[in-house]
Amino acid sequence: MPASQVIERICLEKRHIMKKTLIKMGALFLAGGVALAAQAATPEEDRTAFTNHYKFRFPDVPMEEYPNGAYAIDRIGRENWEAIEEFPPYEPFIDEGQEMWETPFANGKTYKDCFSDGPGIKSQYPRWDKKQGMVITMALAINQCREANGEKALKYKKGPIVPLMSYMAFESRGQITNVVIPEDDPRAMAAYESGKKFYFTRRGQLNFSCATCHVQNTGLKVRTEVLSPSLGHTTHWPVYRSKWGTAGTLHRRFTGCNRNIRAKPMKAQGEQYRNLEYFLTYLSNGLTLNGPGARK
Amino acid sequence: MTKKSTRLVPMAGMVILLAGPLQVATVAAAEGASAVAEGKAISFKRSKGNCLACHMIEGGESPGNVGPPLIAMKARYPDKAKLRAQIFDATAFNPDSAMVPFGKHRILTEDEIDKVTEYIWTL
Repeated sequence: MPASQVIERICLEKRHIMKKTLIKMGALFLAGGVALAAQAATPEEDRTAFTNHYKFRFPDVPMEEYPNGAYAIDRIGRENWEAIEEFPPYEPFIDEGQEMWETPFANGKTYKDCFSDGPGIKSQYPRWDKKQGMVITMALAINQCREANGEKALKYKKGPIVPLMSYMAFESRGQITNVVIPEDDPRAMAAYESGKKFYFTRRGQLNFSCATCHVQNTGLKVRTEVLSPSLGHTTHWPVYRSKWGTAGTLHRRFTGCNRNIRAKPMKAQGEQYRNLEYFLTYLSNGLTLNGPGARK
Repeated sequence: MTKKSTRLVPMAGMVILLAGPLQVATVAAAEGASAVAEGKAISFKRSKGNCLACHMIEGGESPGNVGPPLIAMKARYPDKAKLRAQIFDATAFNPDSAMVPFGKHRILTEDEIDKVTEYIWTL
């Protein structure tokens, strides 16, 4: 074996040992948060633990970069992504969604009659609904509006809901993620906690939790894919994903993630994924909405 | 010429004498080689070991780096059984290990794990 290759290997090995040490140190940060969580950490303490973990791991990445996902930390992937963004593949979805938004239902009413603040309301979701006793996501609110007006509910992973949400996301660009967990209803905190538990629970034949990839190994690669941080995971949906050849929702991505680890996916917009979205979006509080997005 | 051939006669005898044990050794070596080759195939296959998803292996394309490069394995695992146990269920030694428990979760059969172990141990 040539000496250069030997050195390269040793470097790789060393880097790995360093990485392990860093992981341990990073894990301490997070373990702090998680351990505290066991003794009822506040969501804000969770968010701080995550933020510190990533800041430690990626000291040169400013917070405002996190909505760009893996491209905040993957220089090569970023170049391709910036080229894609020159002619965004999600643009037709925005136009189609605008048309849907403006087209009246059979009863003559429009989405505007349900959403008086207009289409740019992404930062209001997900939110705890005390009356219904559940987390309401924007997708769920859209279908509640449709059903209240005698229209059929839309599917949650693909199809017409995607352009509509793309338009609404586009109109919400620049808003700040601001998930609230109201203190006057303990069920809201329970929903957050259930989302958090889902995030940290290992599942599937491959035995991964969300945290295995997106906390423990963020920035490292599975094959050529750089594992993204969870801060910013929720800011840019729907996403046009080249792998899909179309745009899809966050819950479609959840089901894909679960399939990848050979776990049985949950129901899109079912309670488990809605609670996961509640927890995950809370982590991104303070980050700017930048949907719809494009990903490899 | 004649000198050479006379020298060859006793050598030929030795070959015959050695043929028995040699044959056994050759068969064993062939079996070992085929286990290593099969182990490599299982290790590289995406639906099976898919080791390259996380580990650099010499000759493997587009390796990930979630796990350490698979080099100097005999030095790192002098005891082959320990390596096998690691592949079978890494979480038994470190509950936080991200490594997939290939045996415990029945992603690979016992026989496949044996072969993968044979191959990885050659790295």
